[in-house]
Amino acid sequence: MSLPATQGAPNGALMELHGLSKRFVKTLDLAGKLASKLGSSIREETVYALDGVNMTVAKGEVVGLVGESGCGKSTLGRIVAGILEPTEGQMYYEGRHVATLEPAEAKAVALKVQMIFQDPFASLNPRMRVRDIVGEAPLVHGLVSSDEFEGYVDDVLGRCGLDASYKRRYPHQFSGGQRQRIGIARALAVRPDFIVCDEAVAALDVSIQAQILNLFIKLREELGLTYLFISHDLGVVEHISDRVYIMYLGRIVETAPTEDLFAAPNHPYTKALLREVPRLETRHSKFLPIEGEIPSPLEPPRGCHFHPRCPHATARCREEVPVLREIAPGRESACHLNDEA
Amino acid sequence: MGSNAPTLRVEDLKTHFFTKAGVVKAVDNVSFSVDRAQILGLVGESGSGKTVTGFSILGLVDAPGRVVGGRIEFNGEDIANADEGRMQTLRGNRIAMIFQDPMMTLNPVLRVETQMMETVLAHQKVDRKTARQRARDALGQVGIPSPDERLAAYPHQFSGGMRQRVAIAIALLNDPDLIIADEPTTALDVTIQAQILFEAQKLCRERGTAMIWITHDLAVIAGLADKVCVMYAGRIVEAGAIDEVLDHPVHPYTRGLIGSVPSRNRRGVPLYQIPGMTPALLNLPPGCAFRERCPQADGACMAEPGLSVPFDGRAVRCFHPHLEAGA
Ligand SMILES: Nc1ncnc2c1ncn2[C@@H]1O[C@H](COP(=O)(O)OP(=O)(O)OP(=O)(O)O)[C@@H](O)[C@H]1O
Ligand SMILES: Nc1ncnc2c1ncn2[C@@H]1O[C@H](COP(=O)(O)OP(=O)(O)OP(=O)(O)O)[C@@H](O)[C@H]1O
Ligand code: SF4
Ligand code: SF4
Ligand SMILES: [Mg+2]
Ligand SMILES: [Mg+2]
Repeated sequence: MSLPATQGAPNGALMELHGLSKRFVKTLDLAGKLASKLGSSIREETVYALDGVNMTVAKGEVVGLVGESGCGKSTLGRIVAGILEPTEGQMYYEGRHVATLEPAEAKAVALKVQMIFQDPFASLNPRMRVRDIVGEAPLVHGLVSSDEFEGYVDDVLGRCGLDASYKRRYPHQFSGGQRQRIGIARALAVRPDFIVCDEAVAALDVSIQAQILNLFIKLREELGLTYLFISHDLGVVEHISDRVYIMYLGRIVETAPTEDLFAAPNHPYTKALLREVPRLETRHSKFLPIEGEIPSPLEPPRGCHFHPRCPHATARCREEVPVLREIAPGRESACHLNDEA
Repeated sequence: MGSNAPTLRVEDLKTHFFTKAGVVKAVDNVSFSVDRAQILGLVGESGSGKTVTGFSILGLVDAPGRVVGGRIEFNGEDIANADEGRMQTLRGNRIAMIFQDPMMTLNPVLRVETQMMETVLAHQKVDRKTARQRARDALGQVGIPSPDERLAAYPHQFSGGMRQRVAIAIALLNDPDLIIADEPTTALDVTIQAQILFEAQKLCRERGTAMIWITHDLAVIAGLADKVCVMYAGRIVEAGAIDEVLDHPVHPYTRGLIGSVPSRNRRGVPLYQIPGMTPALLNLPPGCAFRERCPQADGACMAEPGLSVPFDGRAVRCFHPHLEAGA
């Protein structure tokens, strides 16, 4: 495994993705199969959710992932968290090719990467008490003994700003913000290094959102955590991330350190996206929508996926896929316009 | 329509829910007005009474809730006590509402075309061909491509964002004087959101439609609204012109709210946290409802603060408004 190890971790990356693709095939039910045999236009549908994604996350880094609804953010997050298998491509964790690991090692990696979801209610078992929601996994995986159990749970809850006296309650007895804290406590309880946050503050009021974002920042400092922070809220991503990846229809179109990206976006899609971010400082805006409809992942456009909506699209853009390549140190963009410069 | 009268004037509106556990004062003494071509932002956290305010204006509050006091003047007519027949004529015609969940507007078993044409035909004396044309134009207006083909589709054949745009198109159909939009873009992407805000603005400018834009997102209101009312626990705690309120908030809650929005100048710095949680509206304790979370609270706040005007164009409900910066 020496080869993948060196390929996988050129600069101490914690997580590295190489050419990751995911296709969902919607198979036909019986009626559909019959109809198709009888000459109907119903066919098996393939959703191109991810297409050749490369991504590197360094240890201790907060990486933001932004893109429109349906572009594949959650799919990528779920693959990274080991909940979903990629169709193609490799994933390296601390330089080790995850798909080739021995079962015991694979399990250890799976525990090191935890995921926090948008809907704190749907992701918590309503029939379990908080102490079991938080404590079950560490007990099962032998991270704590049964003597240490109660103290350990109190500790994790405390870190997440929850009083130990809440332990015996059920999820429905908490507010949205508290439920999200329980979700965070559950993820932290197995002592992960890497946390995938999928729209983790999207459902919360601003005042509660601020509490949870501050908690993420505090935990990162205290525990040296690494985050992949998925959100469609650019204000939140800008606030918390060191580096940002912009995704469009299954492909990464740009990545840069947060400040550079927001100060000088390169890709036409990123530019359009940033123009539309609502901000407190922007008053009486003249809203100008991006032309055109978000294309379907069932039939992604040829060439550059953004060409039907791009004001700079040329004949080349309609045929040739632009590759993601370096445009400045630490910055990458996938647009043919960069070739002319 | 009176020449300078506002399109909508709400005065001391009270909508209470009489539940088994007690009285929920969801809307308590709320007053504001919206002029022609004006956009009012109604901001506040979950449960503060924004939706119930909108429902009260439309006469949609159901038992155990009831409008128990106040005036709602629409184009000079008091509609707080109007009968259901009158409200039905106004709804979907002169006053339209866009809901957070587009399926509140859309009927899942009817083609979009059928629903849209019915909405036109119910309120206007036009033939079916004209009604269809209006429906088609309204879909085009909200950026739905190939509107002719889309008319024949059912709601489930649209994506979430498109469904919301169809609901908005339905609200536009009869060219209403007032649109109440209840968080219609919360679930949408910034690019689609921008498209919807663009349409809202255009409507306001070109047709003089008055609008109430309900949201918990101050940043959206910042770019869209002319004036803003901040609600907390069923009451308006601060109101004024959008620039002035955002630049010089005087109510401790508004100040906290603005401080907790991630902003580009404070990357990575901890955000201001309003301590504690939204209070339950059931049997609110006496005094200022924000008391337990307020850094300025003192003995005076055990009484209930009334609405005062600390300076021109601002209303605030607080004994200790922050005045140095604002005055
Ligand atoms: N299990 C599945 N079966 C079929 N298609 C799927 C499945 N999961 C996701 N998809 C499709 O893959 C695409 C990407 O979905 P994904 O949930 O990753 O998007 P997203 O970027 O997270 O969007 P959102 O912002 O709305 O959460 C979508 O078109 C979605 O419909
Ligand atoms: N049918 C009902 N019975 C009892 N209380 C109700 C009822 N409907 C609403 N309420 C209460 O009225 C208050 C105001 O609710 P409302 O829906 O207006 O809040 P909101 O500001 O729109 O919140 P959100 O941002 O979550 O939509 C809440 O405390 C709610 O619990
Ligand atoms: S490659 Fe062409 S279509 Fe794609 S973003 Fe660049 S200019 Fe636009
Ligand atoms: S009245 Fe008192 S408690 Fe209420 S907001 Fe003002 S200072 Fe705070
Ligand atoms: Mg998602
Ligand atoms: Mg509401």
